[in-house]
Amino acid sequence: MIEVKELRRCFGPVVAVDGISFSAEKGQVVGLLGPNGAGKTTAMRMLTCYIRPDSGTASVCGHDILRDALGVRRSMGYLAENSPAYPEMTVGGFLKFICDVRQIKGKRRKQALDRVVPICSIDSVYHQTIETLSKGYKRRVGLAQALIHDPDVLILDEPTDGLDPNQKHGVRQLIETMAKDKCIIISTHILEEVEAVCSRTIIVAKGRILTDSTPKELKEKYQASLDEVFRKITRAKSA
Amino acid sequence: MNSFCAVFKRELKSYFATPLAYVFLVIFLFFSGYLAFKQGFYEARQADMRSFFVNLPLLFVFMVPSTAMRLWAEERKVGSVELLFTLPITITQAVLGKFLAAWLFLGIALLLTFPMVLTVTYLGDPDMGLIATGYLGAFLMAGGFLAIGCFFSALSKNQVIAFVLSVVACAVLVFAGMPTTLNYLSTFLPMGLVTAIEGMSFQEHFESMQKGVLQFGDLAYFVVLIAGWVAACAVILDERKAS
Repeated sequence: MIEVKELRRCFGPVVAVDGISFSAEKGQVVGLLGPNGAGKTTAMRMLTCYIRPDSGTASVCGHDILRDALGVRRSMGYLAENSPAYPEMTVGGFLKFICDVRQIKGKRRKQALDRVVPICSIDSVYHQTIETLSKGYKRRVGLAQALIHDPDVLILDEPTDGLDPNQKHGVRQLIETMAKDKCIIISTHILEEVEAVCSRTIIVAKGRILTDSTPKELKEKYQASLDEVFRKITRAKSA
Repeated sequence: MNSFCAVFKRELKSYFATPLAYVFLVIFLFFSGYLAFKQGFYEARQADMRSFFVNLPLLFVFMVPSTAMRLWAEERKVGSVELLFTLPITITQAVLGKFLAAWLFLGIALLLTFPMVLTVTYLGDPDMGLIATGYLGAFLMAGGFLAIGCFFSALSKNQVIAFVLSVVACAVLVFAGMPTTLNYLSTFLPMGLVTAIEGMSFQEHFESMQKGVLQFGDLAYFVVLIAGWVAACAVILDERKAS
């Protein structure tokens, strides 16, 4: 479903993503792990066609990111790092706007809202403006907009950032239930999250993939907790 | 097309969801009326709207950039530009959607000056054709200023910088056509260049429309100006959206 080939992107002299390649299939939850500035967000932004790679390419559900950006965006849901939204809009108005852009209308729109609002637990703030929401609720509104068209591919940049423990648990459960029908890529710093939901872990540092394995295999190989494995790999190889 | 409509609708609604629209409308309507009467509306003893239209370029120099400055600078500041451009929408659709919504908003502001037309009609028998071309010229001029503001708003994340740059650019295009500027320029520039500068200014094209003259050249000037700046906005946005 996702095929990444030698993606590379520089910002001036800084190489943010340095030729990464991987593929992911339906039913997989891929955890993209790495220290700050490792290139996770840049990689995700290229996959969602927000920024263009300097070289390399990728395809999402058969749509090439360079040739068919709209096709890529139609087939995926994306939760960006700070769940950007329009502060002056109400949650309902915002989700309806997303439906309009994604051309979900009439009965389908009602069904989509009825499905997504309860699973993201935003019923109580549906008529509130987004600027009045707490960080956790904003995150859930962001998640709702990413799920509203029931996409085949989900790209979530730190989906549980700012959520309280109960909400984190809820989001993880949601990811688990969706996992079998979708291909999900999650970027996170929280290693327990990787253990809880990811079927595969890709560790990146300085724009390169350091390891691509399952959390279980990593722990067995290094005979340590995922926390220690992460430190060993990123410190050793990025040093 | 639907994505364009969605952006257009959202943008237009957003003006009225915040105090911005109301503050803008009150200030614009107050000053447009105040300046018209101060200019000698009654003293002229003519049932026309010349004293109203003649002040619009100066008023627009400040008012239109204040509408335009938020268009993209705010999107980039709050990060919603990332949301917008990861939705199935092209840059052209988004830029046009937002630009046309802001232009329609300015059109609404112009329409709300209708009491001026009623006053003139009550006091005498004005030439409605003249008023119509005056309004058309004002609407096109607002579009031109807006396109310039839209470009600078895409250029800078900071709304104040976007505002100042737009005001300067619009002011240059207005003042370039003022008789005092042209007289000064003609003291050291060749006549051909002075005429070219005059031809590039808003003033000349807006004035001829105020007089009821609808020339292809004037319309083409506004269309090229708007299309050029909006296209430049789309290019710059594509380059800088993620910076």
